[in-house]
Amino acid sequence: MSGLEDLYREIILDHYRSPRNRGELATPPARRVEGFNPLCGDEIVVYVEVEGDAVRDIRFAGQGCSISQSSASLMSAAVKGKTVAEVRDLIRTFKAMMSIHEARLGEGEVAANGTGPDEAVVVDPDSLGELAALQGVVKFPVRIKCATLSWNTLAQGLDEAAEGVSA
Amino acid sequence: MADVIGTAAPAARGAGTPGSGDVDLSALKADFPLLGRTVHGRPMVYLDSASSAQRPQSVLDAMDDYYRRSHANVHRGVYALAEEADRLYETARLDVGRFIGAPDAEHEVIFTKNGTEAINLVASTWGRANLAEGDVVLLSDMEHHANIVPWLMLAEERGVQLRWIGVGDDYRLALDDLDRLLRGVKLVALTTMSNVLGTVTPFARIADAAHRAGAVVLADGAQSVPHLPTDVGTLGCDFLTFSAHKMLGPTGIGVLWARRQLLEAMPPFLGGGGMIRDVRHEGFTANVLPWKFEAGTPPIAEAVGLGAAVAYLEAVGMDRVHAHEVDLTAYAQGVLAERLGPDLRIFGPPGTECRGGVLSLALGDVHPHDLAQVLDQSGVCVRAGHHCAKPLMRRLGVNATARASLYLYNDRADVDALADALAEAGSLFG
Repeated sequence: MSGLEDLYREIILDHYRSPRNRGELATPPARRVEGFNPLCGDEIVVYVEVEGDAVRDIRFAGQGCSISQSSASLMSAAVKGKTVAEVRDLIRTFKAMMSIHEARLGEGEVAANGTGPDEAVVVDPDSLGELAALQGVVKFPVRIKCATLSWNTLAQGLDEAAEGVSA
Repeated sequence: MADVIGTAAPAARGAGTPGSGDVDLSALKADFPLLGRTVHGRPMVYLDSASSAQRPQSVLDAMDDYYRRSHANVHRGVYALAEEADRLYETARLDVGRFIGAPDAEHEVIFTKNGTEAINLVASTWGRANLAEGDVVLLSDMEHHANIVPWLMLAEERGVQLRWIGVGDDYRLALDDLDRLLRGVKLVALTTMSNVLGTVTPFARIADAAHRAGAVVLADGAQSVPHLPTDVGTLGCDFLTFSAHKMLGPTGIGVLWARRQLLEAMPPFLGGGGMIRDVRHEGFTANVLPWKFEAGTPPIAEAVGLGAAVAYLEAVGMDRVHAHEVDLTAYAQGVLAERLGPDLRIFGPPGTECRGGVLSLALGDVHPHDLAQVLDQSGVCVRAGHHCAKPLMRRLGVNATARASLYLYNDRADVDALADALAEAGSLFG
């Protein structure tokens, strides 16, 4: 059962049973973004309020498995109050952790991320705090999309917010 | 083909004492090499046969022998090897026809890529020739996407109207209104057994009413042909479609059976070699049945494998396959209810009447993917998801279910392993 314990760490089950920042935010000022996992029909709605260059508040709604729900909860706790640049860095680091091979985790290896080698990111799970609890997901490839669903949705929200500012 | 039947019959010999009428198929498991493997250090328990079944040694041997000894292209060569391949391929057609009670298998059994392609063949040939704007096709809310999307495509392409038979709270088709639903219908396309609920539909009764209303009737037999004795005459269908890989055969081959009169009148499906009698600059003449619908080199080895699968199932006897599954379904319903209590929901008719061995499960509010993941760690293979039946999922009010499905090689120990793993999942997420 060691594999399962890697996947369903206590922190993950805790965030699944008692999700943080679950709910909605008024739009505007918040932005509402939907994400879907067509594989399993899971859906997530992320509300993100960007004020100046900071993520002032975040909530999420929708339904999904323990991995997608706990990942959204952990994400919301990790990004609240951070600058948009810091959040983008965190998204990049988290997604790198989700694409790295299990054997390379924790070795400070360079993981390919994004479109090319220029974007290689050094993943140090210790820098991710509680989010590192999700690293066991990479051993279960079909579940990676569950873990990254809320992060991709947040990234889309930040992109839309940035476009909204520049427009 | 005698070789193939020769290997299948002894393989299935372990299936109970001849003539005793019992349904102890416990010796059959040994005929399926894959079922002997382990997963995550545990013996594997395969409960996903509604998605795809496993193959007995006799099917693997038949296909291997074919490639080692008899392969050549069919319908072309005059040399002995090509004649042998041809004979094997056409014998498989007759075997399949016998299995479903086809009165004229030689002309009426068409090999396709899978069950989905068989339905698409009907939609794009019979459908395009017979359905115009405003014509009504009657489906049900328990159809697989394979029997929905081809008709939706015709709806988009030419304004064909779709009408739906609902599903009641008893997980059966709501047929009180059948006569009204059938009014003006050109085609009824209906599953014989739900791949989610296990519900066996009262097909013959609906087909009879449909014929009286002047409609043509298609049976999506993907779930029932592998599990129930099948006779196209008894079903009363005009088209029957199914897939080989759900009935112990290989992937890559499915079957369309249709009444000869309909097939004769239908335009061809795919164009190419094999399906023509003549080709000129200005046109072509289609081949006779069944080759008119089999363009290009067909799945020859797969047909041989399907023939061997049919031989295996016939040796066991479809009545016994069904009786075994009824017995195991009743056992599963009892054990799961006892072990897991009211936390466990089974989306499907209670009892075993007009019901197959498909158990769509929900355990408390544990997400089906989490459930399937925990079960996998115990070696128990179940499918989690919408099972290609999203309209039905909406009707049930869920995004997904975890589905365990039984076949002739499953036994009570498999069901016990399922119950153990479900209990473990319940305590992990409880």
